[in-house]
Amino acid sequence: MSRQQRLFVFLIPFLLFLGLAAFLMRGLFSDPRELESVLVGKPVPAFKLPDLYQPSVIRDQAVLAGQPTLLNVWATWCPTCRAEHAFLNELAATGVHIIGLNYKDDPVKAKQWLAQLGNPYAVNLLDVRGTLALDLGVYGAPETYIIDVDGVVVYRHVGDVNARNWKALLEPLYREASQSKTVPQASLTRGLREVAK
Amino acid sequence: MQPRMRLMQPLKLLAIALSLLVFPVSAAIEAYQFQSDEQEALFRELAAELRCPKCQNQNIADSDAALAQDLRAKVYEMVSEGQDKQAVVDYMVARYGHFVHYQPPSSAASVIIAGPILLILIAGFVVVWRVRAGRKLSQRSDIQVDDERVQKLLGEAIPSASSSTPAAADSPNTSANKEK
Repeated sequence: MSRQQRLFVFLIPFLLFLGLAAFLMRGLFSDPRELESVLVGKPVPAFKLPDLYQPSVIRDQAVLAGQPTLLNVWATWCPTCRAEHAFLNELAATGVHIIGLNYKDDPVKAKQWLAQLGNPYAVNLLDVRGTLALDLGVYGAPETYIIDVDGVVVYRHVGDVNARNWKALLEPLYREASQSKTVPQASLTRGLREVAK
Repeated sequence: MQPRMRLMQPLKLLAIALSLLVFPVSAAIEAYQFQSDEQEALFRELAAELRCPKCQNQNIADSDAALAQDLRAKVYEMVSEGQDKQAVVDYMVARYGHFVHYQPPSSAASVIIAGPILLILIAGFVVVWRVRAGRKLSQRSDIQVDDERVQKLLGEAIPSASSSTPAAADSPNTSANKEK
C-alpha cells in the first residue's frame, strides 16, 4: 500500500463521521415540535360534525372540497389562537376561504369569542370531543391545514399563521391548491403540449 | 369543655386522614374498568409504549396533557372492543406517524443514523487489530536483528532467517557448532 492509499483508507472513517455530523447537525436546528403529518397527500378523513351556529346541521368532509381551504383548528382556551385571530380576519377579508374546527371547546364561549373578535370562518365545525382532530393527528392548537380543491391535505402548519409565514410559505401552497391534481387525461396532455411550446 | 372535645375528635381524625392522603404526584390515570386482566395488561403496555405527540418525552401513561388523556381514552375504547395491540398501534401511527410509537420500524432514516456508526466501530476495530499485529511483527523483526548481531559477535555463519523465534538463539545446531 502506497502512502496515498493508506491516507485514503484512514480518511474513510473521518469522512463517514463528517457526513453523520452534518446529518445530526441538521436535526439539532430543526424544531422537534414540528411533526410530519401523515395526512399530506391524502383526502381529509371522513367525519360528521355539527355546525357551531346550527347544531342541528351535520356537516361532513364535502364541506372541505370544491375550493382551496384553510382548515384552522382553534379554541378559546388557546392564547396563540387569539394572537393569530386578527390575521385570519385579514385573510378572510381578502377572500381566503377559511373553515374553523372548534376543538374541545365550549360552544357558548366560542360564539362569544367570534362575536367579540370577528368571524373569519366561512363555516365552523364543532368538535367538542376532538374526534376529527384525532383523525387529523392534531396535537395542539392552533394548527392550520391547507386543503386543495379535491379535499386532499396539502400541508399542515403547526402554530400561528402570521403575515411572515403566510407570505413565505402558506400563500404559495394555498394558491397552488386551487389547481386540481386529479385532472382528466385529455386536459393533462393538452397542458403538456402547452408546456412543450 | 367536654362537648368541644367531642367536636374536636372527629375534626382531628379528619385532619389525620387528610394528611395520609398525600401521595406521590403522578399522572392521573383514569380508573378504567376492564373486562379481563389481559385487557388491562394490554392497555398498560400500550400506554407505556405510545409516545405523547404534545409532550414529547413522555409516554401517554405518564403525561397529563389533554391530548394524552384523549389518546388513553381511545386506547381504552379499542382495547375494550377486543382489538389487538397491532390494531391500536396502526391506528395511532396512521394519525400521528411513527413518532407516536416508541418502537418504530427500521426505515431509511434509522439506517442512515445507525449504519455509519456501525461502520466507524468496525473500522476502529480493524485499525486497532492491524496496529497491534504490526507491533508484534516489528518486535519480532527486532529480535531477528538482535539474533543476527549475536551471531555476528559469535563469529558464526548466519543461519537462514527461517527460524525467527527467540529460541533460535540457543538452537541445537548452534550448540552443536560449539562442540566442534
